[in-house]
Amino acid sequence: MTAGILFTVAARDLKLARRRRIEALLPVVFFVVAASLYPFGVGPELQMLREIASGIVWVCALLAAMLSLNTLYVSDYADGSLEQMVLSRESLVLIAAGKALAHWVLTGLPLILASPLIGLFFGMASGTIAVMTLTLLLGTPVLSLLGSVGAALTLGLRSGGVLILLLVLPLCIPVLIFGAGAVTAFDAGLSAQGHLSLLGALLLVSGLGAPWATAAALRISIAS
Amino acid sequence: MPDLPLLQVSGLACRRGADWLFRDLNFSVRPGQLVWLRGHNGSGKTTLLRAVSGLTDPDEGHLIWAASSHAAHEPRSQRLVYVGHLNAMKDDLTVCESLQFIARLHGQDGSRPRVLEALRLLGMHHRRNAAVRTLSQGQRRRAALARLVLESDAALWVLDEPFDALDIAGIDTVNGLLKAHLARGGSVLLTSHLPLDASALPATELTLGPEAAA
Repeated sequence: MTAGILFTVAARDLKLARRRRIEALLPVVFFVVAASLYPFGVGPELQMLREIASGIVWVCALLAAMLSLNTLYVSDYADGSLEQMVLSRESLVLIAAGKALAHWVLTGLPLILASPLIGLFFGMASGTIAVMTLTLLLGTPVLSLLGSVGAALTLGLRSGGVLILLLVLPLCIPVLIFGAGAVTAFDAGLSAQGHLSLLGALLLVSGLGAPWATAAALRISIAS
Repeated sequence: MPDLPLLQVSGLACRRGADWLFRDLNFSVRPGQLVWLRGHNGSGKTTLLRAVSGLTDPDEGHLIWAASSHAAHEPRSQRLVYVGHLNAMKDDLTVCESLQFIARLHGQDGSRPRVLEALRLLGMHHRRNAAVRTLSQGQRRRAALARLVLESDAALWVLDEPFDALDIAGIDTVNGLLKAHLARGGSVLLTSHLPLDASALPATELTLGPEAAA
């Protein structure tokens, strides 16, 4: 039993995504398009846009991460790969962590890279953009980790896609509050450290807990 | 030692919804023995295989695995290979990549030469770099069964309709693998709606469903 399986699983999922590039680009395209629709909706006043920019970026990031969640385990479940993962000699917890890592690389990382662009678009100051990027760096892995628990729990259920949203979105709200809060605090000249520490704590807790919960949920889903 | 059963099943019962699929099922699998699970559609063959593999928990009864000195601390998955009716091959990967991943998942050496050799034995070497989605059903089955070559050291092979979609040459190849596995002391638990070649493969029949009582 080695940690190598984590990277074997993550590398396989990344390879699968490379073979389906258009689908893999969907979250980041959604993120950019959704964020750039706001000026049309709320009006082009730069001052107001600058004030709500961090909230917009965070809400769009959260929705973009949710968008690809319901497919996380579905194809492995349908083609029998998941049965083999559950029967594996390797730890299912590490396999689940590998799947979450691949999900983050495919959805979280592109969002982090695209967020400075959105920041410029909304006229944010460079310091604020840096803080926002940092909050996304800490927060998006939490979304992938919590999301994989929801994806595992709703496997094989009809209307699982809706259930994932109902299960996972409430759990993700603290990430949204502290993520957007850090940027607002920094913008107001306050320290963002408290918010960032809490985001870091959320990342640690979900990093340690979510793969176990996902593995347990996968065993239940595959048994029924 | 050869007479000790590898797996002793006692009082096993599984349910689908409110109905019992089977109850009070007792059988054993000894090293070098092939158990051929029979029964009509829906009699619980697949459920039994999944329970033996550990994918589902039986509603009643026990599975007792032989505890040889070196294997006492190993979980049962280290000792069995399960090939279900799903092939566990990814449509977007090539045949070789798909099999390499499955091998690594089960802690096997998934190096390319070793996997290619297994594919050669199953007559799939010429399609090694083809995407799985371009294969026929029979070819997918062959590729999935190439796992048996990679994991010939497993004590028990649990196979759900392994001959499904295979042509005559494919069935011969798989029979050869089964025979070699039995000869080296391995055990097999399989379902098949095709009659087994009794001369090559001495099978112990186990029938599920209403006929079992008759």
